[in-house]
Amino acid sequence: MSESLRNIWTIAKRELVGYFNSPVAYVFIVIFLLLNGFFTFMLGNYFLRGEANLNAFLMWHPWLYLFLVPAAGMRLWAEERRVGTLELLLTMPISAWQAILGKFVACWIFIALALFLTFPVVLTTMYLGSPDVGTMLTGYLGSVLLAGAYLAVTVMTSAMTRNQVISFILSVVICFFLILAGWEPVTDLLVRWAPEWLVNIVSSFSVMPHFSDFQRGVVDFRDLLFFGSVIAFCLFGTSVVLRSLRAA
Amino acid sequence: MITVEDLVKDFGPKRAVNRVSFSVQKGEILGFLGPNGAGKSTTMRMITGFFPPTSGRVVVGGHDIGENPIPAKRLIGYLPESAPCYSDMTVHGFLAFAAEMRGLHGAAREQAIQRVVGLCFLESVLHQSVDTLSKGFRHRTCLAQSLIHDPPILVLDEPTDGLDPNQKHEIRQLLKRFGRDKAIIFSTHILEEVDAVCSRAIIIDRGQVVANGTPAELRARHELAGSVSLRVQGTAAETVRTKLHALPAAGRVVVQGDAATVTARVYPRDKPVNGDLARSLSELAQREGWRLDELRTEEGRLDDVFRSITRPETAKGAE
Ligand SMILES: Nc1ncnc2c1ncn2[C@@H]1O[C@H](COP(=O)(O)OP(=O)(O)OP(=O)(O)O)[C@@H](O)[C@H]1O
Ligand SMILES: [Mg+2]
Repeated sequence: MSESLRNIWTIAKRELVGYFNSPVAYVFIVIFLLLNGFFTFMLGNYFLRGEANLNAFLMWHPWLYLFLVPAAGMRLWAEERRVGTLELLLTMPISAWQAILGKFVACWIFIALALFLTFPVVLTTMYLGSPDVGTMLTGYLGSVLLAGAYLAVTVMTSAMTRNQVISFILSVVICFFLILAGWEPVTDLLVRWAPEWLVNIVSSFSVMPHFSDFQRGVVDFRDLLFFGSVIAFCLFGTSVVLRSLRAA
Repeated sequence: MITVEDLVKDFGPKRAVNRVSFSVQKGEILGFLGPNGAGKSTTMRMITGFFPPTSGRVVVGGHDIGENPIPAKRLIGYLPESAPCYSDMTVHGFLAFAAEMRGLHGAAREQAIQRVVGLCFLESVLHQSVDTLSKGFRHRTCLAQSLIHDPPILVLDEPTDGLDPNQKHEIRQLLKRFGRDKAIIFSTHILEEVDAVCSRAIIIDRGQVVANGTPAELRARHELAGSVSLRVQGTAAETVRTKLHALPAAGRVVVQGDAATVTARVYPRDKPVNGDLARSLSELAQREGWRLDELRTEEGRLDDVFRSITRPETAKGAE
């Protein structure tokens, strides 16, 4: 057991070093922070709202992550396939699972780090009012889980192709569905055509209702289960893709 | 150490490897030859567990690579064909990663890196980023990766590809040295390498093994192999022909030339190549007082043998 954890960590460490050895990581973090600031303070009208919470900040994350997470994760497998290092990695004495988890964890840590750097928003909120600290924490937890779900989708699409751009587009499309299925403007429209139970089922596949619970300070077991199963499903999908690729 | 049984690999309708069987023992160096697209790399990918075979099986050090991949992979050091390396790392970082994947940490890791850096002559680029390396250095970096855990089995796909003549020589010496207590399979397009390094060679053509033997055995398949050519000065061609025909060890005899210089080629009566024919010819020449200025046993040239058993597609199509 400890040996497989060690292997996962070795792979994750390599990915992280790879990120920070290239300028991509820094560009990513700067863009992430700038966009967060822009959406929160300009579009989100953070100051005019007069609310002591993070809603103006967190509400944009499903949309921000829609592009940023696939951008961070698109290279994970596609690049290995293009350069041929996949052959090296998969002939080492590790299981494909360890490789998949290692890559996933590395990129997740990287995104979480970028998210952590948004802490000035929290400080500002605490300076201006007296927000509920618990709600802010669950908001961040929801945001991390949301990023993890998108990232798992990206890991899977990245294994499907050796072209990073295609992997990016595929994951944006899939994540977009994960938003739309439960985005209020869409569900409002759906209710007119379909029975309500059907709309409920469709929207339960969406990240939106699950993410908004966290924003309200609620940690519901079903929401955790939802994000957990999206991640597990997509990582399992990745292992299937990798196996079929070699069986040719 | 490595046993390959009836290995088959299909890519869609195309059969890339067709019922290949062989085995390699400890202390053997097996050269893998064959024209482009013959299936050498595909076979190696199945041995190392990258491709699952369509049918057949591979047993490495007692472990079936399909059923028990991890202990089997532990025993193997593998250099893939294009010598891929992670380009966003330094050479040291890359080797450290390879070492940790093989369970070497801390001091053991640094020691292993030291060792392979010495073996593959990487001192000068140790802290250089992999993506700025020249092709030969990149190749050696990937080779170093395959040696890092001192594996009992080496599978090397064109290990001397892209190296300068000095490095080629060094790597061959390295293989020979390792060959004493490891099982090594390597593929190559350079036939001298087979003579210089291998204890056994397999020629594979369109997915099938077409020859399997020591380099000497392969050379013996040459049509001229074992024949002796000689040049005689100042004796009539007719005389030479008669005397040669009378020799018990001689089979077919071809004589050319005039009274001044006669060249002859004598084929042995029975195929096994040994010094008998050449010896009896030299005795004959002495007895008859011939002025002999050349006497040479043909060993057979590997590249001719290679060409004759792996004829190109076009020649086959023309038949
Ligand atoms: N992933 C793949 N998908 C489809 N066909 C493949 C794949 N890999 C190899 N092939 C085919 O299998 C055959 C054998 O290829 P392989 O790479 O094993 O040849 P090789 O003997 O290594 O040749 P070379 O000397 O050029 O390296 C070729 O016809 C090749 O096109
Ligand atoms: Mg090849």
